[in-house]
Order: sequence, then structure tokens, then C-alpha cells
Amino acid sequence: MRALLLALALLAAPSLAPAARAIVDPREMLPDPDQEARARAIGRELRCLVCQNQSIDDSNAGLARDLRRIVRERVAAGDTNEQVIAFVTERYGDYVRLNPPLKGATIALWASPALVLAFGLLAMLRLYRRRRGIAPMPPLTEEERAQLARLTAE
Amino acid sequence: MTRRQILFALPALATLAAAGGFYAMLSGMRRGSFDPRGVPSALVGRPVPGFELAPLPNWDKPGLSSRDILEAASLRPVLVNFWASWCVPCLVEHPQLMRLAAEGVPVFGINYHTGTQTDPGATAWLRRHGDPFARIGIDLSGRVAVDWGVYGVPETYLVDRRGIVRWRMAGPITSEILDEQLRPLLARFA
Repeated sequence: MRALLLALALLAAPSLAPAARAIVDPREMLPDPDQEARARAIGRELRCLVCQNQSIDDSNAGLARDLRRIVRERVAAGDTNEQVIAFVTERYGDYVRLNPPLKGATIALWASPALVLAFGLLAMLRLYRRRRGIAPMPPLTEEERAQLARLTAE
Repeated sequence: MTRRQILFALPALATLAAAGGFYAMLSGMRRGSFDPRGVPSALVGRPVPGFELAPLPNWDKPGLSSRDILEAASLRPVLVNFWASWCVPCLVEHPQLMRLAAEGVPVFGINYHTGTQTDPGATAWLRRHGDPFARIGIDLSGRVAVDWGVYGVPETYLVDRRGIVRWRMAGPITSEILDEQLRPLLARFA
């Protein structure tokens, strides 16, 4: 029974891990917990350019570690979150931001979901109209009625 | 052409267009001019960031500062190459750097380190393969690399005679890239 419980606990352990997972080395952390929390929040906004789909807060790459240290230096020096992100963006471009800014070059990116939705709605509307557009047959004319009578009489 | 014919031709045309696009991408990847994971440099069109780096220990080349780059660049365009001995693509581009140095193009080296990756083999690597660099700075904290927007090695920057960064190559300078991209730029900014 005890062995069974142990096995279950071991099985459950990995699902608990994400909450405890933290790449940030205790030695990297800022002494002030508020500043550290801000540095973590900024780190989650910045892309690790080595692994590309991870934030620098999640990544183990050397560059991510260097950027985490720079973010902490700027935060400790009194920069606002926006100033820190601007500092990194100035060096690595907008691609480093996981949440890209709305501007001329990114307008297509931001507008695409709305455009796709509008296109889909338009296509649905057209289909719906066309279905409804199949009108009932018009009544027979006098001539047709006579022709029908002739045919059925034969 | 009727509407129906156009509708039938559409998928075929879309397939052809996609094939053309993929061909361009794959041939660019083979020649090294296209990198699907590439990130455009924010430094192109801007002046060289200021820095001062110590020389590589036990090596007879002086250290490197932004002033050294500007001074050499005032005469002719120069290259700044971030490199490390553990970096395999650096070895791929090394013959091209040696050739450029032999032709008299000033090539400045910055030995790349990150918080987790140091480079104790740097001097042994230079001794074994040759040293194309006019000066070498050692970027122990990785801080200068961040100021240049480096995200991996090798990365190479072309600085024009006014001290403006004109071109950045993330990845090795293959002989195709040397002939197709770098040589025309060196001639243009000469």
C-alpha cells in the first residue's frame, strides 16, 4: 500500500513541477522582492533569440542569462518596465518583444485575425443568401397548363 | 475563360506559386543568404556602439575599442567579427576571413562569451587555424555583444568610412556570401 502511494506521488510529481519551475538562479535574483517580481515580468515579455519561442525568463541559453542580468541591472538602477524593454528593443529590434507593438510594419499582423473573421463571415453570408435565394417555382402560365392537360390526356 | 475554368486553374496556380517560393527559400538556405530563424539587425544604419575590451591573454594582438574600429574605418571599410573557438560555423567562415585579411581588409575580432559559456580554447584555436584579426577584444561579460545585438556566433558587421554599420551577417560567411554580398559592399563603401 505504501509502495503504491509512493508510486502515485512520483507519477503526480511532474505535473506539480511547472509551478515550481524557475530557471532564474537564486544568485541572479535581486534582493528587493518587488524589483525581482518586476524583473521576472519584464523577462516574460522578452524573447530569447537563441531558442526563439521561449522568453528569456524560461530559457537556459547563455544569452538569455546575460539579458536577465541586464534587465536586473536596469531595474535596480531605477528604470521603468517600458525603459528596460526599450533598452533591449533598441539593440535587438522589435522581434525581441513577445508582444509586438502596433505600428506600420506590424499592422498586417494585428489586423489579420479581424480580416480572416470578416472574410469568413462574408463567405457564410453569401452562402446563406444563395440558399435562401432558391425561390419556389413560379405558377404555370395558361399556355403551360394547356400543354400539361394535353400531355396527361394522351 | 469561364468562371469555372478560372476556379479550376486556381489551385494549380497556387501550387506553382508555393513551389516557386519554396525553391527560392531552399536555394537561399543552401547558399547561406536566407536563414529562416534569422533576425534582422537593429544596428544596421546606426553608428558603432562605444566599448573598450581587453586583449586575449597570452596572445600577441592588442585589445579592441570602438575608437580602434573608427580609426581604421576612416581609411577603408572594416569588418567586426564575433567569434568563439567552440563555434563550429566559425571554422566554416575562417578561410574567408583569412583571405580578406590577406587582401588587406581590416578584420577585428571579438571573442564571445556568455554568462554560462566561456572560451578557454581561444588561443589554441587561433594557433591551430591562423589568426586573421588585426586586433582582438575579449568580451568576458557578453555585454558588448548585447550592445551590438549579437544573438549567436559567428556574427559579422561591416562598418563604413563614416563609422556606420552597413551590413550584418548572422551565421558563417561562406565563399558564396563573400562573393555575392560582401565583396560588392566592400567595393561600394571603399
